[in-house]
Amino acid sequence: MDFTLTEEQRLLKDSVDRLMTERYAFDQRKNYLKEPGGWSAALWSQYAELGLLGLPFAEQYGGFGGGAVEIMLVMEAFGRGLILEPFVASVVLGGTAVRLGGSEQQKSRILPTVADGSTKLAFAHGERQARYDVTDVMTTARKDGSGWVLDGAKSVVTHGDCADALVVSARTSGERDDPNGITLFLVDAGASSVARRGYAVRDEQRAAEVSLSGVRVDGDAVLGEIGNGLPLIERVMEAGIAATAAECVGCMGALYDMTLEYSRTREQFGRTIGSNQVVQHRLADMLMSLEQGRSMAMLAAMMVDEPDAAERAHNIAMAKVGVGQAGRFVSQNAVQLHGGIGMTEELAVGHYFRRCMVIERLFGDTAHYLAKLAVAVE
Amino acid sequence: MDLRFTPDEAAFRDEVRAFIRDNLPADIRERMRLGYGPRKEDTVRWQRILNKRGWAAISWPEEHGGPGWTAIQKMIFLEENQVAPAPELSSFNITMLGPVLIQFGTDEQKKRFLPRAANLDDWWCQGFSEPGAGSDLASLKTAAKRDGDHYVVNGQKIWTSTAHHADWCFLLVRTNPNAAKRQEGISFLLVDMKTPGITVRPIISIDGSHHLNEVFFDDVRVPVENRVYEENKGWDVAKFLLGNERTGIARLGKSKERVRSAKEMARSVREGGKPLIEDAAFRQRIAQLEVDMKALEITQYRVVSAYDKQRDGRPDPLSSVLKVKGTELLQSTTELAMDVGGPMSMPIWAEELAALSNEPDVGPEWATQATGSYLFLRAASIYGGTNEIQKNILTKAVLRL
Repeated sequence: MDFTLTEEQRLLKDSVDRLMTERYAFDQRKNYLKEPGGWSAALWSQYAELGLLGLPFAEQYGGFGGGAVEIMLVMEAFGRGLILEPFVASVVLGGTAVRLGGSEQQKSRILPTVADGSTKLAFAHGERQARYDVTDVMTTARKDGSGWVLDGAKSVVTHGDCADALVVSARTSGERDDPNGITLFLVDAGASSVARRGYAVRDEQRAAEVSLSGVRVDGDAVLGEIGNGLPLIERVMEAGIAATAAECVGCMGALYDMTLEYSRTREQFGRTIGSNQVVQHRLADMLMSLEQGRSMAMLAAMMVDEPDAAERAHNIAMAKVGVGQAGRFVSQNAVQLHGGIGMTEELAVGHYFRRCMVIERLFGDTAHYLAKLAVAVE
Repeated sequence: MDLRFTPDEAAFRDEVRAFIRDNLPADIRERMRLGYGPRKEDTVRWQRILNKRGWAAISWPEEHGGPGWTAIQKMIFLEENQVAPAPELSSFNITMLGPVLIQFGTDEQKKRFLPRAANLDDWWCQGFSEPGAGSDLASLKTAAKRDGDHYVVNGQKIWTSTAHHADWCFLLVRTNPNAAKRQEGISFLLVDMKTPGITVRPIISIDGSHHLNEVFFDDVRVPVENRVYEENKGWDVAKFLLGNERTGIARLGKSKERVRSAKEMARSVREGGKPLIEDAAFRQRIAQLEVDMKALEITQYRVVSAYDKQRDGRPDPLSSVLKVKGTELLQSTTELAMDVGGPMSMPIWAEELAALSNEPDVGPEWATQATGSYLFLRAASIYGGTNEIQKNILTKAVLRL
């Protein structure tokens, strides 16, 4: 058991923390939101220069050779910065799909361009009717000569509007809910048969509704095994859960710090509100939730590369529940202790609050994973 | 960073597990699996077995008979011992008195008391709380007046756990009632419980058990040589004692063992026409507890491995998180076990029923014991500094409010 960081990990953490402090102050962030894509193109280039966009890829693919701990450190900093750029969509989700499912040829072709920022990936899996059921895929892919033709619609695709390529799940056999028969495809997001409607999600990050109408792809667009895409989809989602768990810890840390500072300075009845024991104990409760949530984000990071699929899924589900509940508790109480000002757009608190709310819903919410764990109780 | 046990740590865990499996007397294990607390003789018997192996004085340095374990190893041992389930080591002897004597005691005191404390030849109790001094310990009033080479002690202690078993008591007394600060007039004495003038009166707690006591001191003569550290410096000793050793404070093994046994029992009772263990709401409750236990387990690893990194003697304020979350789990797991019992959690497994040999048993024994634990462990968020006090500690040390 060891909680120390290596020298390289410490340097990485310091450099990303510094970048966030210098470039992602709340007022700067407001300007990034006004850019055409709703995020900062300059920061995106900077992430690429720092090697962050290739963080989890092997060096032969232009990557940094980092692991889950490196992702955790970067995501916690990104959570504090409340970044808007499509890092999770492209590097974590799309990147994991290609890294774990791609052929040598696909990896060599795609990963270096993800690492240098020129290709942005998005993970187009969820469908409107599916809620959180991972096997509820109705988009179809039918064989057409050496290639495939895809039809269907994908919903709330994170950063789907700016993506250059989509990792799309589609049914090559079987009925809705069948765990078999799902295949992942790499689809050119700019193809004329791909229609995208972009919009802002509650946390101001971007998403898109994607419809696929007779989208033709070549045979080499298949990512991973034909008809056996589910395990790969699960790996992608687990990577997403681990990354956003760390991001949520960053959000909670920021919320906790802001609330503590506010309770030290805000005066009512002639004294700081933090001099009231009821406020002090609420802050202590927030601290405990934050630390328990941090422990669970660490668990997710440690388990994301666990070879035993059942063991991995079980622990990631526990982490998802733990972080989701902590995020809710800390963010709700941050707003509460700020009082009226916590309800306003002008303060960062509400923006972190909304990011926590969105993170809890990504890849399945707390109730979903708690129900899964309940079924698995031995 | 790695949350898994190192091969050495895993080997250590296996060694501990095997030793407990092979050496814990079957009758003790059986009673504890049914949810009974250990009897005095159970605790003594088991601690002596451990002491023979060199595993009793776990918080003491090697030169005083400790096993020389890291904090992580201690944590592993404590959890294995709780999960077994085996009687826990006497915390009064091992985690309180021992380290105090090693830090503050004279050579004579160490020689005289430490080996007997490790082997539980002397059963120690803690004379700290008073009717007017609970969370506000420094307001204690029990007085010790110097008379030649003795102190004469008068006053009353309360909530004294196992005083009725105890051979000795470590006692906080007021030696200077006129000190400028009330913390400055306190001394730390070691008192033989057989000394004339000591009266132990039982306090029966809401589970019906006799664990707590009132202890009255009426002109009790204590040799000056039994004072630990300087006169009027006893508060330093008390602070050291209370902050010293918090590795086992979460008692996570107890909660794990209780969830395990609740699941086992839930197979034997029915709800809605099927075994309770198949009930979705019940399973969800278990799942939530397992999530909470996992989070606490990792937080405990984090806090405990930091002990090994920085041994500056100061308690990590985050250990208050372990106390609060650990006792919340102790309480919610006993609630779970009691709820599994259903209506059979109501009867008391009393001798009067057992004596009616022709009558069928009223409910299974485990259900009665689960209720007893539920009732008794309401104390968990009160003893060792109430959970509200723990939040005050966090407020001061971490929030700095």
